Amino acid sequence: MEKIFRNLSLSSASLVFIILLGIFITLFLASKDAINEFGIGFITNPNWNKEVSIDATDKSSQSAQDFSLEDDFLADDEDDMILDEDDAILDEDDMLFDDSIKKTFTDYGALVPIVGTLLTTLIALIFALPIAMGIAVFLAEIAPKNIAAPISVAIELLAAIPSIIFGMWGLYYFAPIVADLVGGYQVSLLTAGLVLGIMILPFMAAITRDSMNTTPDVLKESAYAMGATKFEVIKDIIFPYSKVGIIGSIILALGRALGETMAVAFLIGSIFALPTAINSPTISIPVAMANNFGEASGLGESSLFYLALILFVISFGVISFAKLYFLKGAR
Amino acid sequence: MPVMNIKDFSFTYPGVDSPSLKNINMKIRKNKITALIGPSGCGKSTLLRSMNRIHDLYPGNKYDGIIELFNTDTNEMQNILDIKKENEFIELRQKVGMIFQKPTPFPMSIFDNVAYGLKIAGIKDKSELEGRVEQALKDSVLWKEVQDRLSKSAMGLSGGQQQRLCIARAVAVKPEVILFDEPTSALDPISTGAIEELLVELKKDVSIAIVTHNMQQASRISDHTAFMYLGDLIEFDKTENIFLNPKEKQTEDYITGRFG
Repeated sequence: MEKIFRNLSLSSASLVFIILLGIFITLFLASKDAINEFGIGFITNPNWNKEVSIDATDKSSQSAQDFSLEDDFLADDEDDMILDEDDAILDEDDMLFDDSIKKTFTDYGALVPIVGTLLTTLIALIFALPIAMGIAVFLAEIAPKNIAAPISVAIELLAAIPSIIFGMWGLYYFAPIVADLVGGYQVSLLTAGLVLGIMILPFMAAITRDSMNTTPDVLKESAYAMGATKFEVIKDIIFPYSKVGIIGSIILALGRALGETMAVAFLIGSIFALPTAINSPTISIPVAMANNFGEASGLGESSLFYLALILFVISFGVISFAKLYFLKGAR
Repeated sequence: MPVMNIKDFSFTYPGVDSPSLKNINMKIRKNKITALIGPSGCGKSTLLRSMNRIHDLYPGNKYDGIIELFNTDTNEMQNILDIKKENEFIELRQKVGMIFQKPTPFPMSIFDNVAYGLKIAGIKDKSELEGRVEQALKDSVLWKEVQDRLSKSAMGLSGGQQQRLCIARAVAVKPEVILFDEPTSALDPISTGAIEELLVELKKDVSIAIVTHNMQQASRISDHTAFMYLGDLIEFDKTENIFLNPKEKQTEDYITGRFG
């Protein structure tokens, strides 16, 4: 009996490892074609689904033309795009078709979605961190119980809203306001980052509040007994004491922000172009995958898996870094 | 000469009908150690925590009566129960320090712990800070043990060292009174002995009130002893009188271990 129980719990625990490893292996195998084709240069290549001629002289002018046309599309709406299709050769089927005749191949690179992912996450963190700290300090130290309770409930409700609702709300109501204030496009890095920030806000606030609440009363009392003000107690005692929990909340929020798909898909613009300003549209890794998986095949599909592998490695790296940091901090 | 004078003092916790302390009258004398003894729940910690109004961190407490503190600036007694403004509270707590049951080192270095009270009191001059920290650590007999690791975290010290660090931290701001709330109950006998010796040393500079469960401790170190029971002050006298010649039956029963 004892043995069965032990083995059962052991196998449940090892399941996690198996799943983790399995995901990594499948991602790796599925992206093998793209890895062979593009190598590590995939990460720094700004092209995506771009037709590049094998013939060198033709290639530069062709891709330059493509690029300018694509830039124009940013402002155009969809109907125009269909009209221009013949000249622009942007539709994927066309490209494959052209591949065979013009001796061109389709180039894929991950730079744009990687930059888009990292920048939206960064904007979200910069936006959410101070607000989350403010909420947490207010709830843990300043607010009386009868005010803290409803605010805590509101924060938990905010965390429960499905991301697609954030996306729709962001696109229809939030983005126009942001665009009015800073100019530029309604769908952009900035709006995506800000809505992402709102989404990770409740996690950071709730976890930070909880870890602040673990500060022993007697520690706070002894600081007050030294003649410290409330601000000094928060700054010198509560923040250092709950540092580990605060960093943990940031990492969790980071993990969520990196992988968030739906809300960002609404707001980022889904354009494979490096952002030139904070308010220009671009694309993130999860959005690139979600938008293109339906039609992708062959090398395109494999490239998407390569993207997925990169996202996996980024997230994994962030969490491992945080874990190492934690272990070091705990000692 | 009293530094604190408690007159007809009653205290009621929020949400409780009957007061936890009833008509307490006693004095904390200058450069003496005053011990508060009594069984658990008798209100001795509550009384101690009223003396620097640390109770006020939590809302809804009710004070009655008078607690006077000697003001060295005006040479007059001042009722600390009148205090309402935050800066007056800060002033009070710089004059009346407090040491708790468990050591409470702050999450910072040993030096910063001791310098903390000085820094928030507005002392910025580095050499003055260093001098006062060194003096405070010497006063609390910790200097030799920590002088070569002042920049290390205070969390690495042993329990007894941490408690002496807290005492150094309190001593550094040169208070007039230090309140000790069972300062040795979480420590081993050797650390306890070190703290007791330290208290006797410290009373040259500061007046001390100490809550203790340990009657031997009270008889060893204190000059005056107050015996409390169920929120009443039963007897307050010189320590030798309380332990050798108590006037009240209840005191005698408690001292001889017949109850409590």
